[in-house]
Amino acid sequence: MTAEITEITREEHIVYRKTPALTGNVMHYCPGCSHGVIHKLVAEVIEEAGIRDKTIGVSPVGCSVLAYNYIDIDWAEAAHGRAPAVATGISRLHPEKYVFTYQGDGDLASIGTAEVMHACNRGENIVIIFVNNAIYGMTGGQMAPTTLVGQVTSTTPRGRDVKLNGFPMKITELLAQLDGTTYVTRQAVHTPPAIRKAKNALRKAFENTKKDKGTSFVEIVGTCSSGWKMTPVEANRWMVENMFPKYPLGDIKDI
Amino acid sequence: MAKYRGAVIVDAERCKGCNLCVVACPAGVLTLAREVNGKGYHYSEMARPEECIGCANCGLVCPDAVITVYRMNTKQ
Amino acid sequence: MAEIKLMKGNEVIAEAAIRCGCDGYFGYPITPQSEIMETLMAREPWKETGMVVLQAESEIAAINMVYGAAATGKKAMTSSSSPGISLKQEGLTYLAGAELPCLIVDVVRGGPGLGTIQPAQSDYFQATRGGGHGDYHLLVLAPASVQEMNDFVALGFELAFKYRNPVMILADGVIGQMMEKVRLDEYVPRWSDADIERVAGEWALTGKRKERERHVATSLELDAYKQEEFNHKLQAKYRRMEEHDTRHEELSCDDAEYIFVAYGSSARVCQKSVQLCREQGIKAGLFRPITLYPFPKRPLQALSRRAKGFLAVEMSAGQMIEDVRLAINGTVPAEHFGRYGGVIPTPDEIVEALKRQIIKT
Repeated sequence: MTAEITEITREEHIVYRKTPALTGNVMHYCPGCSHGVIHKLVAEVIEEAGIRDKTIGVSPVGCSVLAYNYIDIDWAEAAHGRAPAVATGISRLHPEKYVFTYQGDGDLASIGTAEVMHACNRGENIVIIFVNNAIYGMTGGQMAPTTLVGQVTSTTPRGRDVKLNGFPMKITELLAQLDGTTYVTRQAVHTPPAIRKAKNALRKAFENTKKDKGTSFVEIVGTCSSGWKMTPVEANRWMVENMFPKYPLGDIKDI
Repeated sequence: MAKYRGAVIVDAERCKGCNLCVVACPAGVLTLAREVNGKGYHYSEMARPEECIGCANCGLVCPDAVITVYRMNTKQ
Repeated sequence: MAEIKLMKGNEVIAEAAIRCGCDGYFGYPITPQSEIMETLMAREPWKETGMVVLQAESEIAAINMVYGAAATGKKAMTSSSSPGISLKQEGLTYLAGAELPCLIVDVVRGGPGLGTIQPAQSDYFQATRGGGHGDYHLLVLAPASVQEMNDFVALGFELAFKYRNPVMILADGVIGQMMEKVRLDEYVPRWSDADIERVAGEWALTGKRKERERHVATSLELDAYKQEEFNHKLQAKYRRMEEHDTRHEELSCDDAEYIFVAYGSSARVCQKSVQLCREQGIKAGLFRPITLYPFPKRPLQALSRRAKGFLAVEMSAGQMIEDVRLAINGTVPAEHFGRYGGVIPTPDEIVEALKRQIIKT
């Protein structure tokens, strides 16, 4: 290391570093996985709000099942799709706590449709973080409800055929129709500006819990480079070109 | 006073070589190393440190939180 | 001065829950137990004790709400009947795997499938063997009176926290629907944060403070050797339950030659059968398991050394009989008599069955 770099790399010059709300564990995610960035944002929002001792996370079944190894707060690991019900149980008995679920598209939009619909419809005072990468990552790249028409997965080897598999589900738009949701937004984490916006959305969602405003739902469109069989950089490009037209970014509801 | 405006320190052993930081850097500072770390990944490193402006884009996009970014206080 | 009332079994579950300091009930309507949630909603305990009552969108959601609530170290419960309990099995195995204490009330009706809304005891296997996937057990209490419906709520929570394990009250449509005199408990305040810290401070999700490690309620362990170790721990817990919390009751067993083995409503009917036998000069007794898991093997084994035969009477096609036979281990005859599909046996037909199947006269 040169003398110049030694000069710069002093504590007082730090402008970006790992938030202390992240544990020291190496994440099990594949290289370039969006989950890592989203975990970081959630941890930063919690740390900056000073609510680590008041926040309880609920992890899903799917790639992010082990989220509890990475964000240093109390967690419940839910059965597949049931995270919103688990969060309901926690939040109802602890109205003073910040309770959030972290769920993928298989967990939330397929097996857990009933739980998320009704938690949102009751207006549970929780945050739901929905990571949509249009595929089942953990089980090896099968079709998800959000898989695009024509998209190749291990269970749609010739591409998603609407006659056989139906249509990509825009569950976020559906949930925005429910009176219990106060804030419904769709974000992404593929560029620094997008990451800053996604963090603002997450911050707002947690602030809504403080204001007892009901359910805040933050979808984050992400990549699964392993499942999509691309490099992380190619996956980001593919997402912009193919996912965003179907899943446009921006606030859908903000009351 | 150092001539460098910014610097990036990558925790090479935890880096998975996804290349996202290399692409996100507006100044072309970073590159993937020819060598691999203990996990077999070509980790990210500064190839042209003199170009670094300390913008922290690399840190923001890093999924593994392995990047620390430094910037000289230009007001000094 | 104790408060004595005439109440339905289902209503008493609700009343006992409020009085024992339960923090949350999460349920879904199903006959024949809907009065539990109806009574709670009418009583509005959130105004009185702070207890939360919530109607979920499904039995699946209800048991998962219990999972979340229980993970915080509070007293959480749900109730349902057979088809609904089938839906809860996923949640139950996760609760057992995460070692979360909670109370489940099952007011059994006849099956299989949608079956009937009439009372039955055909879910003994489901309740005692685990019900969901994996090597686990619930601690199962079988009330035979409205009074026991009351008593087992507080007892159920006590045992659930003692073992960090879900406890089930396995009732049936008769016990749930019938009215009897019941002595209600005094009100016990809900646990304070300090109480929870004392009882469940090692594991409860109370919010991670700086001075402690984070708490995680999970049943996931990817390392097979660690998962085996965890299973050893569960098995050791079940052995402790067998040792310390096996319960049963004996009626006229001291000199009995023939012994009915029955729980819940069947045991109530068998009380009359014992009386009828005695009137006819047959020395009969009744052995009533109160905990179905752990099953009171040893006291039953002890009786088998002097009795001539056992008749397991169940409102099922023969489920508890397997535990009876395992306990007796072939030393004397043990047979099953059952009416099922919602039919309740009469005292007379039970006596006839004893004569026909055991005494062989």
